[in-house]
Amino acid sequence: MTLLETDVLIVGAGGAGMYAAISAARAGAERVLLIDKSLVGRGGATIMAQMTVAAALAEESADDWRLHLDDTLAAGRGLCDETLASVLCEEAPTRIREMGEWQVGWARRDTGRIAQVTAPGHSRPRCCYVDFLNTGPAVAATLRRQVSRIDSVRRVSNLTVTDLVIADGAVVGAVALDTASGEPVTIAATATIIATGGLTRIYRRNSASANMGGDGYALALMAGASLVDMEFVQFFPIGHLAPRLVGMDPIMWDPFRYKLGGRLLDGAGNEFLARYGSTETDAYTTPRDIASYAITQEVAAGRGSPHGGVYLSFEHVPATALREAFGPVIERLARNGIDLARAPVEVSPIAHYHMGGIVVDKHMASAVPGLYAAGEAVGGANGANRLSGNAIPEAMVFGERAGRSAASASRVAGWRDSAAAEAVERIRELGEGRPGNVAAGGLLDELRALMGDDVGPLRNAAGLARALARLGDMRAALGDAAIAPGRECNASLADWFELRASLIAAEAVTRAALARRESRGAHQRADFPDSSPEFAKSQSVAMELAGSVTAGFGR
Amino acid sequence: MKTARLSIRRGTGDEPARYEEFSVPFEDGGTVLDALIWIRAQRDPSLAMRYSCISANVCKECTIAVDGKVVYACTTRLVADRTMALDPLPGKRRLRDLVTETRSPRERL
Repeated sequence: MTLLETDVLIVGAGGAGMYAAISAARAGAERVLLIDKSLVGRGGATIMAQMTVAAALAEESADDWRLHLDDTLAAGRGLCDETLASVLCEEAPTRIREMGEWQVGWARRDTGRIAQVTAPGHSRPRCCYVDFLNTGPAVAATLRRQVSRIDSVRRVSNLTVTDLVIADGAVVGAVALDTASGEPVTIAATATIIATGGLTRIYRRNSASANMGGDGYALALMAGASLVDMEFVQFFPIGHLAPRLVGMDPIMWDPFRYKLGGRLLDGAGNEFLARYGSTETDAYTTPRDIASYAITQEVAAGRGSPHGGVYLSFEHVPATALREAFGPVIERLARNGIDLARAPVEVSPIAHYHMGGIVVDKHMASAVPGLYAAGEAVGGANGANRLSGNAIPEAMVFGERAGRSAASASRVAGWRDSAAAEAVERIRELGEGRPGNVAAGGLLDELRALMGDDVGPLRNAAGLARALARLGDMRAALGDAAIAPGRECNASLADWFELRASLIAAEAVTRAALARRESRGAHQRADFPDSSPEFAKSQSVAMELAGSVTAGFGR
Repeated sequence: MKTARLSIRRGTGDEPARYEEFSVPFEDGGTVLDALIWIRAQRDPSLAMRYSCISANVCKECTIAVDGKVVYACTTRLVADRTMALDPLPGKRRLRDLVTETRSPRERL
């Protein structure tokens, strides 16, 4: 068995994880280990982002991080952790400029200033980007390049952490499945950072990479850490639905709405946002939670488009303006049979981001010694609804902080093989393969459908209770799920561990959603349509020793 | 319902070439990656392949050979009228089925 040792272990190599690695090395950590289920710097959410990155750079007009904070708190519908939100807004400009020095290629005006546009929910132009739809790939490539230059950072791809290892109440490392060999690997670490992103992959319609199944939340819960705001899953209102589009991220339409003001229309071709309190006219200003709710309601009322969404139309925009705004994207759309001058596309809400996550302090330290979190895996900064453009700065700012904190962490407890034995044995045993009536992959598909139907953008008590019951059955079925033989690159073995984590994450969302008997931000209850002052507080989720997940407002 | 047919090279390491044929549902605009995901979910959960971003074509992990040509599975459309041959990337060490050793030497254990 492979035994690894490191000062700082970073689980997940997307934007937050890579930034954490750079920062841990910069802060003096001699050994940094950056690992990913997928390929380092290729998976996760950052690489999928197209636009935009919010930071009070004041390049286009006067701005201040406190104004960015005001907008973040307003979008969060009263639930933001103000300490974390302040850290995010105050340090975002430094990180954005550092990325600029690393040649990420922020779009600039003719004057040389970084271009900033006004995204929904922002009081002024604050969101920078890399043209055309290239922000995430450019950020990921830049961080990959920086990480690869640092000798003290060791990268390992295709290593899936299945369990954190606890000794004397502290996290002292992890046990991982090496996908290629199917063998267990132990990793002794002084500090461990969870940078696994969110859980949007547990929804049928999602804009996630394949590795966003909520692993980090399950790992944190099993290690004794708490989660917060887990009921708040952000549904991106205008995810692409039809016609079939490949080679593009399904959330690609947003920047074009900023630039061109695309119109949202119901199945009969009528505008509808105004009926849900939107004041949007030509500019695109409707916040994500309201737009998602409006579209979901229109479809539920039978006024949707043929594939169950609404229309997004640019037919009123002259062809020259389309060409100028979309650039080379026009050809990519044409290859998918889409001509915006002639016909609308269909869009509908798609799981995009998770506001909830691991409870940390401003140093990104959880309550469990040795355990830190970074990026989307962190909960609280965005409250009940994330402001557009805050996800990538969150990855960078929290990643940088987590790396710095973890580098200076002192050892609380030493590694003990006995503490890792159960997790190691589980990988060995399941790797033998076994027959069974149900496959983990099939259950994962069922889980995604269940979450989409019963724990989606519009919820009610009956649906949530049904989901909880089924999640319990699926957790029971996990014990007997079939695993194909052959250890090497065994997809069904990887599925089993993904399902184990995803079921825990799904239960955390569902329990919290059931307990919040009101509507607020991204959490909308058909049976409790209004916000209630009684619920103007966050809810935390924990796991009991026996493995049951509990949610509650008491702190 | 229309179907598409895929002949997929199976097996680990240096095992002799063995192809397995699958019929998958064909929908307009459907891709080879859609078909592989469908096979894993509905026919054979052990089918090994790489993918991450799922059709956005940003992760570049799903490179394989289709009918002898190196392509991304996520942007290659299915065809209904003949059998498509799927092979792992040529010139790379094969690990299992369509998975080859595409990790940088510095990113391995």
